[in-house]
Amino acid sequence: MSTVTATPPKKLNRIGLDVLPYKGSKTTLCAGCGHNSISERLIEVFFELGVEPWQVAKMSGIGCSSKTPAYFLNQSHGFNSVHGRAPAVSTGALLANKNLKGVVVTGDGDTASIGIGQFVHMLRRNVPLMYIIENNGVYGLTKGQFSATADIGSKQKSGVINEMHPIDCCLLAIELGATMVGRSFSGDKRQLSNLLKAGISHRGLAVIDVISPCVTFNDHEGSTKSYSYVKEHDIPLHEMQYVPYYEEIQVQMEDGQAQDVELHDGSHLRLRAIRGDFDPTNKDVSLAAIHEADKKGEVLTGLLYVQKDRETLHDMLRLVDEPLATLPQSRVRPGPEALEMIMEELR
Amino acid sequence: MSTFEVSPVASSSSGEQAYRVVNDFSIQVATVNGSGSQTANNVLMRSIFQMGIPVSGKNLFPSNIAGLPTWFTIRANKNGWIARKKEIGFLIAMNPETAREDVLNLEPGAAVVYDEPLKLNQLRTDLHFYPVPFDKLVAPVCPDAKLRKLVRNMIYDGVAGQLLGIDFDEIHKALYKQFGKRKAKAADLNWNAVLAGRQFAAEHLPKTDPFRVERMDKTSGKIIIDGNAAAALGCVFAGCTVVTWYPITPSSSLVDSMTGYLRRLRTDKETGKATFAVLQAEDELAAVGMVIGASWAGARAMTATSGPGISLMAEFVGLGYYAEVPAVIFDVQRTGPSTGLPTRTMQGDVLSNALLSHGDTRHPLFFPSSPAECFQMAIDAFDFAELFQTPVFVMTDLDLGMNNWMADPFEYPTKPINRGKVLDAEALGKVADFARYRDVDGDGIPYRTLPGTNHPKAAYFTRGSGHNDKAGYSEREDDYINNVDRLSRKFETMRKHVPPPEVSLNPKAKIGIVYYGTSRWAAEECLDQLAREYDLEAASFRLLAYPFTEALSSFIERHERVYVIDQNRDGQLLALMRMELPVELIARLRGIRYYGGMPLDARTLTNEVVSQEGL
Repeated sequence: MSTVTATPPKKLNRIGLDVLPYKGSKTTLCAGCGHNSISERLIEVFFELGVEPWQVAKMSGIGCSSKTPAYFLNQSHGFNSVHGRAPAVSTGALLANKNLKGVVVTGDGDTASIGIGQFVHMLRRNVPLMYIIENNGVYGLTKGQFSATADIGSKQKSGVINEMHPIDCCLLAIELGATMVGRSFSGDKRQLSNLLKAGISHRGLAVIDVISPCVTFNDHEGSTKSYSYVKEHDIPLHEMQYVPYYEEIQVQMEDGQAQDVELHDGSHLRLRAIRGDFDPTNKDVSLAAIHEADKKGEVLTGLLYVQKDRETLHDMLRLVDEPLATLPQSRVRPGPEALEMIMEELR
Repeated sequence: MSTFEVSPVASSSSGEQAYRVVNDFSIQVATVNGSGSQTANNVLMRSIFQMGIPVSGKNLFPSNIAGLPTWFTIRANKNGWIARKKEIGFLIAMNPETAREDVLNLEPGAAVVYDEPLKLNQLRTDLHFYPVPFDKLVAPVCPDAKLRKLVRNMIYDGVAGQLLGIDFDEIHKALYKQFGKRKAKAADLNWNAVLAGRQFAAEHLPKTDPFRVERMDKTSGKIIIDGNAAAALGCVFAGCTVVTWYPITPSSSLVDSMTGYLRRLRTDKETGKATFAVLQAEDELAAVGMVIGASWAGARAMTATSGPGISLMAEFVGLGYYAEVPAVIFDVQRTGPSTGLPTRTMQGDVLSNALLSHGDTRHPLFFPSSPAECFQMAIDAFDFAELFQTPVFVMTDLDLGMNNWMADPFEYPTKPINRGKVLDAEALGKVADFARYRDVDGDGIPYRTLPGTNHPKAAYFTRGSGHNDKAGYSEREDDYINNVDRLSRKFETMRKHVPPPEVSLNPKAKIGIVYYGTSRWAAEECLDQLAREYDLEAASFRLLAYPFTEALSSFIERHERVYVIDQNRDGQLLALMRMELPVELIARLRGIRYYGGMPLDARTLTNEVVSQEGL
């Protein structure tokens, strides 16, 4: 008796694509780099949700983190731009085409130092995109200098101790106008996937700060951004369950414990508090919780803040429904009578 | 020599002069900024314009909101010369702080209208003085004491109108046009001030100076507009959809005007929504970053700035060059960084913009000379940027951008918008392979796709100079060389597409003069002065764009000596020519440089040519 082993059929997502268009080039980052895990999560969630890859624009600044858009979604346009300036490039791209799903990947050098001006102004404008900070507290490509997110007392590989106050990008984001803010850890697959899905479903600026250890320059004893340190100090706020809009809510969480956050595309994020009450729709509660955790040396992770009713940049500019980029000449060049009218006024 | 001929000052107040200067003199109004004088000055200029007499207006103002000296000069010239004229015939001295120096600087025979308490008539005996008690005149026409400071200036329009022979119907028309229908009350108040000035002059100021205006027919059909508003209109008709900017003098009014025109002309009639996005960025670096992002995603995007903003844009402009992303950047040039005379004009960024950023970068520059060219070149620049997928600079300056110019009306674009080599989903279906940076047509210009294109072949990854022709990451020597060599070929192709020069040859001419931008007006008048006063014939070459074309070399070959006019100390265009032209031609080049921050005048050029020619 002979057996024929057929190749198993490729798994297709809900828009009929296999995972290939969601993958990217082979990573050139170090083995074990937290950033690679984040790229893997991005491939998974975009595939799983069935997002059309050609509708996604991937933007980044400069650094290890900013290389990663080449490592996922190879059927999406990508732009590895200027150090710290991904917010500007992304803002421009999304003004040109409001239908694009913007995914920005940056690092802590990009966001908290050279590009902090652009970061805070992007927050004010509530630019509708997902902004991921791959936060390792260190400059990798230039060999291990502290970044502005390094904690006080954190030790560099060479032994130098950081004495400068760290910048918490989530606090800035909540304070200055982002409408979804989350923090996660590259090692927490489930939580990170849920947060990324929520970010994709959100209409507005979603800032997701992911502690993503640098195995080469910041994974040693004394670092507060090492795998072991973050595992020990990670305090998840809640159990998260993301339910996409195209699926019915199957699992009912127990009343009184679960908070349901409906997202703009009709998907839901079900949050079951792990420790005490935490309402991510209350700005003051969010800020207080982060400050409190900071005092205790804890890394608070989960959905830190969400606000659904704030206008996005597109709303504020009252843009036409179609992408500006491809409006036909008839809609962007006024007729000769308009020019003649202006000329007459100037005579 | 001076062009300003001295007239005898009447010793009596007989009122009649034998000597007359008609439609050929400059009026200077010296005031304090923030005093509302701009309205009075514009009305004065416009009423002369409406009489059919060619005019130009130059506003010399400080970097300040209110309280510092400002001078507005109106030149009326029957021959149509509209460059600044240094010699003032008719001074209106309203600013006590500068009045003494203003009067002492005048040529003998000039006329001075002044605020009576300043007693300027004690300073000199060779001028025609007209004292006017402005405070006494303004009180009865403006009961509200708070408004008197603003209305007071309108009195000098009445006095000057009476003394110079300006048609008061034209002043009336210009004034009501200036205020518009919505401010009819304010217009009435100001008109009464004009009448008060007129009556005072008629009763108390017998005419002794020779300056007069007389109706002509040389402005019919023409418009008055500043270069910034003209460029703004050009962008609106070019189909620009994304404008990101950071305020900086002297470019701010470009985007301010544009925002107004966009709201009027580009709001969708059915939905009331905008077919444009205007966003004030946090700095110039972000502004140009947004332009690059928007253009990358397919919008026609622009920014407007000046020299200090350009410095911040350097890295992004280089990225635009290497990643081949279109961008239109208006550089309304001014002098230096920081507190570096932000309200004075200069052609200060020619060399830096041509080569802006690091690595081997070269950028096309367009040099408009007039509002009509600001309009046309704005349209051309968007087509050019998309055709060549590269940043383009439109190089105006403060003189062109912020001053009011008498100009030809703008011509409606006849060519359809050209979006360049963009492959959409349908086109991608027909090509075997898409390689973002491949020279398919041999002109150095690759094809691009836009994000959001629904085709599996559409996507590519954009990065700086380290890529192969498929946009894959590469640090290979051959990939880098191939790429920059192709960029050179693309630059060569541009030479055939830049706006061509305006050349005027003269078989008798041994010398040639090369000029660009706002130097045009002084240069053309200089050519006339050289011919009339020195019998010196010169050919002219007005450069409209960089990269240079073959026509420039041919022009230099034809002449023994070629003078290159620059409004900067170091002869920036001359330096750029020296970098690129063959050595035997470089030897023929001479520089004429003016760098005082004022709009260029013909006499300065003429004197310099005459001196270098040893005449």
